[in-house]
Amino acid sequence: MEDQLLDDPTETELLRQAKGGDFSAFQELADRLQPRVYGLAYRILGQAQDAEDATQQTFLALIEHIADFRQESSLATWVLRIATNHALKILRKKRTVKMIAMSDMGSEEGYGDVPHPEFIAPWSRTAEEIAQDAEVQAELEKGLEGLDEKYRLVFVLRDIEGLSVRETAEALGLTESSVKVRLLRARLALRERLTKKFGDASQAMIPDHKHS
Amino acid sequence: MTCEELLKALNDYVDGAELTEICEEFSQHLAGCNPCQVVVDNIRQTISLYRAGQPYEMPESFQQRLGQSLKARWEEKFGPAGTAPATR
Repeated sequence: MEDQLLDDPTETELLRQAKGGDFSAFQELADRLQPRVYGLAYRILGQAQDAEDATQQTFLALIEHIADFRQESSLATWVLRIATNHALKILRKKRTVKMIAMSDMGSEEGYGDVPHPEFIAPWSRTAEEIAQDAEVQAELEKGLEGLDEKYRLVFVLRDIEGLSVRETAEALGLTESSVKVRLLRARLALRERLTKKFGDASQAMIPDHKHS
Repeated sequence: MTCEELLKALNDYVDGAELTEICEEFSQHLAGCNPCQVVVDNIRQTISLYRAGQPYEMPESFQQRLGQSLKARWEEKFGPAGTAPATR
């Protein structure tokens, strides 16, 4: 994954110091990772208290296991996987009745019944311009909340956090092909929602073919 | 190109994997299919918008509690944190 920290020559040094018992080095690493860990947890769990619990558990786990980190992936990727595990545990605990279907079973895993784009129109402004709007954040959150959980998880890890398809599959215990199909559904659903909001209706178009 | 092939290619295409055979075919399709091109653009913008979104801010009170509990756990495991040169 793209990772700024990896390019920072001091991360390796901080890790070495932290493994040697230097708390201030550990704290520096934790400070850098906190926004991403908390953001990931919040997006998975949808509220602050649970996101705080997952964040705390993640960094406590990092203390336990920092000596085991072999730098086979970037530290951020490794920590985001730990954070995903803790967030999922919290999520599962809250769903005692409604089971989370994390398995690869189910008819929705194919491409055959993926809903087709309905409202197709170019956006009237760029994503960067829209991102400046005060109310857009709430709209983005609502979009994520409105997604079925299994689609939300892959979108958060792959598209927002920038994990690779393989890393996302490993973090969620899914096959890569399952990640891809869920990702497509998430992307199409969010595209539909946001295009209805930000698309230029005067330029809306209808596909003149059915692709079948 | 069947619908299923197209949807599979859509994902890979958005991810920038334009070198595969199926993406090349999709690319040719896009050149003559404005709606499909717009859908690809919409998806790319959707992802950009989510990435450009404001990060969730951790409440300051939590930040403090977190720092304290991490320090306490660290000291249990490694001994007093104060032995290392304090940089903060």
